[in-house]
Amino acid sequence: MDKIRALIVDDSSVMRKIVERSLRQAGIELEKVVEAANGAEALAALQSNAVDLILCDINMPVMDGLEFVRQVATVETAKGIPIVMITTEGSESHVVQALSAGARGYIRKPFTPDQVKEHVLPLLGKKP
Amino acid sequence: MSAAGGLAKRSHEENWLPILELAIQEVFEIMLGCQVKPIVQSEHTPSGEFTAMVGLAGALCGILTVSCDAKTARHIATCMLGDAASSEEQAADALGEICNMITGNFKNKLAGTDEQCMLSVPSVISGGKYTFRSLADGNSIETALLFEGAPVFVRLQLHS
Repeated sequence: MDKIRALIVDDSSVMRKIVERSLRQAGIELEKVVEAANGAEALAALQSNAVDLILCDINMPVMDGLEFVRQVATVETAKGIPIVMITTEGSESHVVQALSAGARGYIRKPFTPDQVKEHVLPLLGKKP
Repeated sequence: MSAAGGLAKRSHEENWLPILELAIQEVFEIMLGCQVKPIVQSEHTPSGEFTAMVGLAGALCGILTVSCDAKTARHIATCMLGDAASSEEQAADALGEICNMITGNFKNKLAGTDEQCMLSVPSVISGGKYTFRSLADGNSIETALLFEGAPVFVRLQLHS
């Protein structure tokens, strides 16, 4: 598998590290990892970083994950980048909102590396 | 609310303790790779050196707190990160995220509640010399669990 560039968006720095580790455990080789603590930081990061995959929390200060996903859809250079939500919000309405806004996957916290593998690999054109 | 209604609600909430304990156990097992077991709370004194809290609003209204001593908070961060050592900032961050996941996992297990309940982002207090008073005036559910030999206290304080 080609190395990928990932943007990880979560207000917890510990959780960003766990998500990165889970990607590596899923067998995904990472060329670069860009981190952001909220949706606004992530949008700014997309202006100067090309990425192949975005993993994003929902409940964050400044700009939450759902608003970030909506905003990404309006950024020409970011259109088509697969976004996977990783969040404690497990309700059906949150899933529907996220997928309607443009997210391609939804993982509920707490999560295992296998769940990351199952949801992320198909988005990268690979079998889990 | 009628007396009968109040009794029914209290009884309902009393049934939530095993659900809360299951939610806690799942978070520790999945995210830290550690099993935790409920303990008799009165045999342990809460140090409260680190207290993480997440607010709930909507169908379920109140606050969930997770407290432990500083050494335990650092140990939790170390287990989550898989590193040899962790800083105080990482300990606070990790405990906040544990509190967030316990609250979300608990909420998601309550049928009919998860759709109508929102969570706040976590906040963490560090330092032992403070008094915590919740303005929530309803019932509370409390439990304590042993994590690697150290107690971790979890309390859900509900608005009536």
